Amino acid sequence: MADKVLMKGNEAIAEAAIQAGCRHYFGYPITPQTEIAAYMAKRMPKIGGCFLQAESEVAAINMVYGVASTGYRVMTSSSSPGISLKSEGLSYLAGADLPALVINVQRGGPGLGGIQPSQSDYYQATKAGGHGDFRMLVLAPASVQEMADLTVKGFDLADKYRMTSMILADGTMGQMMEPVSLDYEASKPVEKPWATTGTKMEREHNIVNSLFLQPDELEKSNNERFERYKYIEENEAMYEEYMMDDAEICITAFGIASRVAKNAIVEARKKGIKVGMIRPITLWPFPNKPFEKTIGKIKTYISVELSMGQMIDDVKLATKCNGEYVLCNRVGGMIPSPEEVLAAIEKANGGNK
Amino acid sequence: MIYKRVTLLCGHYGSGKTNVAVNMAYDLKSQYADVVIADLDIVNPYFRTKDSKDDLEQRGITLISSEYAGTNVDIPAMPQQMYMITDNKNLHAVIDVGGDDRGALALGRIAPAIMEENDYEMLFVINCFRPLTRDAESTLEVMREIEDACKIKFTAIVNNSNLGNETKMEDVLNSLPYADEVSRLTGLPVKCTCIYSALYEEAKEKIENLFPLNLQRKIN
Repeated sequence: MADKVLMKGNEAIAEAAIQAGCRHYFGYPITPQTEIAAYMAKRMPKIGGCFLQAESEVAAINMVYGVASTGYRVMTSSSSPGISLKSEGLSYLAGADLPALVINVQRGGPGLGGIQPSQSDYYQATKAGGHGDFRMLVLAPASVQEMADLTVKGFDLADKYRMTSMILADGTMGQMMEPVSLDYEASKPVEKPWATTGTKMEREHNIVNSLFLQPDELEKSNNERFERYKYIEENEAMYEEYMMDDAEICITAFGIASRVAKNAIVEARKKGIKVGMIRPITLWPFPNKPFEKTIGKIKTYISVELSMGQMIDDVKLATKCNGEYVLCNRVGGMIPSPEEVLAAIEKANGGNK
Repeated sequence: MIYKRVTLLCGHYGSGKTNVAVNMAYDLKSQYADVVIADLDIVNPYFRTKDSKDDLEQRGITLISSEYAGTNVDIPAMPQQMYMITDNKNLHAVIDVGGDDRGALALGRIAPAIMEENDYEMLFVINCFRPLTRDAESTLEVMREIEDACKIKFTAIVNNSNLGNETKMEDVLNSLPYADEVSRLTGLPVKCTCIYSALYEEAKEKIENLFPLNLQRKIN
């Protein structure tokens, strides 16, 4: 049979997770990510894994906490409103330094919102996943192949840094079908000497906990965690540059918005407009370096987003507020069209010529 | 192609039923005056027959679809006009049924009337590039689940093996033994093999019962 298969983004995440050694999935159905749970329900029993539909999102994230404490790879998935419900658990995972993978296939909000695609949980994922000082590794796929690749990467990074990786996808990424090649090397087991696996009366108890009885010890744990974050910021940022060499206008977009933007850039280039794109693949850590290089060279940054303008703040910070910043967006489940992005590019270039 | 009065399309979700359905409706319209296409999908939130609404209307094909398809109303609703398919025997209809057994359950509502009239084809759409139907055995498992759910037996197979935009001639050629094996195990004929219209001319010498597909609009 052929190497490639045709998969939905949601299925690709589920299959990649299984190939990465994940045998524990806990979730609660919500559109537009339900295929992840459906795929896990079909596959897990056949490979000795555990699929469990929890009674709620809150229950599911706490089951994740439990399995993560034992050192096994574990994941949950949901869509925007469900992620809000999980936010208490995300904070506890961070406080206990537990590795886990959380998928957010975003839909329009706020509130119950809608079931059509959105990117309006950017702030929530990158800045406010829950209470307290903490970060999550946030990965933003822009193809079905990346849905799979970043799932595997997410598990690896989570284990390496003992923290939560979040795949921040959107409904379109979850539902669209593309050919993918899924062939990941069997992941090497990561040593987890901190895991609660039973002492066999041979070692001290391991304790997984986020409660500190003394404030100075809590301060110390926060400081240590942020030392780790600093290292991650310097070493793990991922991005794609597209036609940036001679660009005077820089588009920034992630996920589905970057796909639309690429089409618009191709059209603008045909008209002789020097436009390129920086596509962050990690949203935290935000890829500051490629943006720093553009300072003084780019006159206008156009942030294409399925939100009211969230990532644009990080673009301003990364470029130290040099230049003009334009938001090209649709919200509520709508997607900007290539024509709308092209119009924004032409306007930034001084109007139609 | 030759059609019965009612053409039903079922299959594993993602096998390409909607695309085949839309293209069969176009083909039917070239043969008959009154053609309807019905979207009975109660599973998928996105990428629906309704996405081809303008094109279908321009061609004078009646679209029967839940008014909630493509909206934020996340309930598995059936379109009330679906009864016209079994009530109005002058129509020719293509019915796009939702994926898997869960989607096929919706068909149960009008299955008795369709079987009583007995002027239908129940087509099983297969794609060997989908991960859960990569071989004949796993495809048969899906087929039995669907038949159990909707209470209509399949009458033929539509080989829609494809890798989306990346489908090459050799991929379609490689899928032929798979389709033949499904045919052999089920005793059902292969009604047609689908191919993107761009590859049609090159393929028509090599593959029998070829059906050309034009793709619905999609995101690049």
